[in-house]
Amino acid sequence: MLDHNAALHPRTGAHDEERVIKLAVLAVGGQGGGVLADWITDVAERSGYIAQSTSVAGVAQRTGATIYYIEMARDTGRLPVFALSPSQGDVDILIAAELMEAGRAIIRGFVTPERTTLIASSHRIAAVSEKIEPGDGRASSETVHATAQAAARRFIAFDMEKIAAENGTMISASLLGALAGSDALPFARESYEQAIGAGGRGVKASLAAFAAAYDRARGIGAAPAGEQAAKHAVTEAKSTAKVRGPEILLKGWQELAARVGALPEPMRDMAERGLKKVVDYQDITYGGEYLDRLDKAVALDGPEHAYALSIAAAKHLANAMCYDDMIRVADLKTRSTRDRRVRKEVGVKDGTVLQVTEYFHPRIEEFCGTLPAGLGSYIEDRPKLTAFLDRRINRGRHIRTDSFTGFAMLWVIGGLRRWRRRLLRHRIEVDHLERWYDLALAHAREDYALGTEILNCRRLIKGYSDTHARAQSKFDRVLSALDMLKGRDDAADWIRRLREAALKDEKGDMLDGALKTVATLGG
Amino acid sequence: MAERSFAKEVEKLRLGAGQEFAGEGILAITKALLQCGVGYVGGYQGAPISHLMDVLADAQDILGELGVHFEASASEATATAMLAASVHYPIRGAATFKSTVGTNVASDALANLASGGVTGGALIIVGEDYGEGSSIMQERSHAFAMKSQVWLLDPRPNLPSIVKAVEDGFELSEASNTPVMLQVRIRCCHVHGHFVAKDNKRPPMSVADALEAPRRDTGRIVLPPASFLHEKEKVAKRWPAAVDFIKSRKINEIFGSDHGSVGIVMQGGMYNSVIRALQRLGLADTYGDTDVSLYVLNAVYPLVDDEFLAFCEGKQAVLVVEEGQPNYIEQAFAAMLHKAGRGTRLVGKEHLPMAGEYTGQVMLDGIGSFLRANGPHLLPGEVRAPNKSGEGVDTADLVNVVPGRPPGFCIGCPERPIFAATKLVEQELGKHHIASDIGCHLFSIMPPFELGATTMGYGLGPASASAFNSPDAKRRSISFVGDGGFWHNGLTSSIGNAVFNKNDGVIVIVDNFYSAATGGQDILSSRASNRTKSTKHPITEAVKGMGVKWLRHIDRTYDVGKMQATLREALTTEEKGPKVIVASSECMLNRQRREKPLVDKAIKGGERIVKPKFGVDEDICTGDHACMRLSGCPSLSVKSLDDPLRDDPVASIDQNCVGCGNCGEVADAAVLCPSFYRADVVHNPGRWDRFLESARRAVIGRLQRRRESRRLVFADA
Repeated sequence: MLDHNAALHPRTGAHDEERVIKLAVLAVGGQGGGVLADWITDVAERSGYIAQSTSVAGVAQRTGATIYYIEMARDTGRLPVFALSPSQGDVDILIAAELMEAGRAIIRGFVTPERTTLIASSHRIAAVSEKIEPGDGRASSETVHATAQAAARRFIAFDMEKIAAENGTMISASLLGALAGSDALPFARESYEQAIGAGGRGVKASLAAFAAAYDRARGIGAAPAGEQAAKHAVTEAKSTAKVRGPEILLKGWQELAARVGALPEPMRDMAERGLKKVVDYQDITYGGEYLDRLDKAVALDGPEHAYALSIAAAKHLANAMCYDDMIRVADLKTRSTRDRRVRKEVGVKDGTVLQVTEYFHPRIEEFCGTLPAGLGSYIEDRPKLTAFLDRRINRGRHIRTDSFTGFAMLWVIGGLRRWRRRLLRHRIEVDHLERWYDLALAHAREDYALGTEILNCRRLIKGYSDTHARAQSKFDRVLSALDMLKGRDDAADWIRRLREAALKDEKGDMLDGALKTVATLGG
Repeated sequence: MAERSFAKEVEKLRLGAGQEFAGEGILAITKALLQCGVGYVGGYQGAPISHLMDVLADAQDILGELGVHFEASASEATATAMLAASVHYPIRGAATFKSTVGTNVASDALANLASGGVTGGALIIVGEDYGEGSSIMQERSHAFAMKSQVWLLDPRPNLPSIVKAVEDGFELSEASNTPVMLQVRIRCCHVHGHFVAKDNKRPPMSVADALEAPRRDTGRIVLPPASFLHEKEKVAKRWPAAVDFIKSRKINEIFGSDHGSVGIVMQGGMYNSVIRALQRLGLADTYGDTDVSLYVLNAVYPLVDDEFLAFCEGKQAVLVVEEGQPNYIEQAFAAMLHKAGRGTRLVGKEHLPMAGEYTGQVMLDGIGSFLRANGPHLLPGEVRAPNKSGEGVDTADLVNVVPGRPPGFCIGCPERPIFAATKLVEQELGKHHIASDIGCHLFSIMPPFELGATTMGYGLGPASASAFNSPDAKRRSISFVGDGGFWHNGLTSSIGNAVFNKNDGVIVIVDNFYSAATGGQDILSSRASNRTKSTKHPITEAVKGMGVKWLRHIDRTYDVGKMQATLREALTTEEKGPKVIVASSECMLNRQRREKPLVDKAIKGGERIVKPKFGVDEDICTGDHACMRLSGCPSLSVKSLDDPLRDDPVASIDQNCVGCGNCGEVADAAVLCPSFYRADVVHNPGRWDRFLESARRAVIGRLQRRRESRRLVFADA
């Protein structure tokens, strides 16, 4: 391959005014990249340049990755010969309308340290492959940031999508603002604003987003740190949040909070969050049970392990104790905080009315789970009766929680909380929890890391109905490896790998493959 | 209604002599047609010439004023057959479509048209969908020109050149009585540029004039013995006439010095890329001035022997830049040199790849390699022996990080629930052989659906499943076809064929009211009124007319449960013969474009409007992402919670949600989870709405306060 830098030796009279500026836009279909390309072309033509833009429209528009390409040169009266697509190592300005598209541009060789100004919006639009993993399948933004710093001559990145949304417009406006603010093109700010104005639609919002991004691009460097700090502050504030309620309950809470206060410092934050979650889920007594269980892990722990076992226990015990049953769902859906959140998310303004429809699909399992344990298992032990009832229960129900009856129904179900401990689902969940927790602590006595990893396997249990059943099966399959791993030093590592494999796909095919590997390890 | 409106741009078609036209390549071609006095135009949409069809559709008033007839043809075969109007009459006609897929469909008509030849100029404008961003098989239109002996123009990719090519094309066609193909590559169609306009011309003879005075000449009809004479005429008369025209009119261009020892021959469409490579090698300036001899073939078929041999005179080596394979041009030139006994060394695919797009890097490498081997004295020192300037950035990590982003279904697409239902049925009944078709619905092949095994051509989905019809089989095939494909070819080739051959498979016709993948053009079954076309012809009626007995119509595809039940029934019923399901819902992209301004206006005007949007309760979502494995909607994504207790990101619906309902329906049908809700915002509520709202909120508020006063409430809960 020829060296990229060989590019800059024009044949004759290589005057700067004859230089061709090459600009590529990488976007996700639907982001309005075409509008941006038209604006840039317009700005160039307004500024005494000849410009040519091209794109590959067609199916690439449909949420796929797509490229727009513009070349421009000062108008000297002769028509330059422009290329119709960007070349590796031959791009002056690259605009990425999403962070991973910046990564794609670097991979494709469109960003070079000697010449390319890389302007990227740091927000993410997750690709389908990132969304469908049962775990966290999202690509690492840090890797892109780090590589971009090294790959580009200048790297300007901030959340331009947010700026656009805040101003009620599309990202093309804030991208143009960042381009203007970067001074990578020899054009005056006014010509950009004129180009937006000539577009004729949503001009005011576009100009506002343009201005905000323009300023941000100029002051780049200081802002991201501020953003980080703000985020940190929010987290801090949350963990010391206020509690209110009847005096007697508050007293109970103070006692529990004091117990948390006595825990070793590294695990206190997690324990407090866990405690709040279980008390919110059930009651003060339940919180006490949570801390009792947690104490067992703390007893095995010490500062030499940085309390990893206790922190894992604090987190996963809380999640396990707050299993998702009908009562929980009904309770959450009927709270005033939920009402406020929906109104905020949907953007309900004064003078409009909000109607909320919930999608439920209860099955016989959920129904029996909400019956007293004896009655629930009586039905479940009789397949014919179960099937008969299931036919009556098992269908989708759309419930309006803004209506009297719909809300009242859920409110009543949410009120069953009081009797939760006597219900079938609770018995099943407690059995499962105790088996898992005892297993983890038993292993922790001999192999601390392994015990911690067993606790972390609780992450696998999630979802409802079939998804929940599959999750349960993955959990069992991962822990089934414990026998095969008995006595191995790297048992904890293997359990972690198995868990990670289990989170990769829906059915657990990766997990099965990993289990086969474990089976071949030998003693 | 097409996806993009050119109503404003088409006013540029009225520009007169001397005025400057600025705009897209496609629009420039349309303007050129009018300047040439074209009498009729037809075509079939498809990238990259969809916009050409849309421009013409939006320009019908201007076409009408000039007496030009325009048709949105049923297929590329129809469009090409339409050029029959130029066989006996001196009327200029043009047809346009995507190539090579469209040329495949058109080739029957093309061969017949080429055999008899034409009197009026016949121009076929093909949008060559080759290289990056292409959605079709990678083939060349060149072969069609060769086999039917029609002439192929491939102009330099700038507006003045393509406008001139349209003019040249008509004249060439008339001078040689042969249809001419004009090839424009995908980026050339969308290139923004300028040219100086001429006045539009009324066709000297209109189709109405022709109908008044019909003509026929058996010598032009493809029937023996005339057809044998046609073949001879092609080589004895038409070919030499074409060569003479190309030569005398200097259609091909020569640039650079005419006495160098090396030269480059290229397809016209490659010119800009060749110049860019020379610029980067230090051998050309911004305006394309260069010392290297260039022979630019704006006409790539037929080739002109003596012109080429004259170019090679005195040259030691000549490089042929010919994108795609086989390398017809290179082979032809090699034969010319050989037969003429010349010593010039001809190279091409030795330095450039046999297959694939000639991108900037490929061109730089190829031309650089050619010059280093054959003309190193031309190259600046740094290029001959480059000093590597430091290591490039290591992108190995990045390659593993950056996810692929293939195109997929749009937000709120009504086709998504069809494939969610199919996936759910497969979970019940097991995997099936699924045949796909061309159209947006082909995205079902991608994650998260991963359905479909083959795609054999537009409207050929069910046809491609026709072998899977056996009395011994316990399982049926499923095939898909879109409404676009259905009317293009599917009605006969797929549905008729299945009825006639007693195929027992399941056929799903995905009806979104438009030819959606090509940009939302109207078709027979479109439900909108169209000023110039006859719409609202139901697919169900056509299918019944073909003799299908088992037919189900789902008029709201978002009903995943019903879709699933219907598919299940089709796969399990005892009834014989094809089981056809017509699944109808309007393309969301078009629907939003149509409805959004109306809704906004109505809200501003004080009308009561209910606007839906979906949401997810983040504390109920457990982050298993089962919903996304059945959806893939761009507005349904993942987000991290600011909560260390939660490891995995939860589902979240962004502001772009159009409230199509798929999320809720899928959660229902697949028994996923209760975290989805639909929020309907009633704008400009009536008195009753407001009364009910305040009463409800009073009661609900009371119940909430009652419960919340008896428990601990955490400020952040």
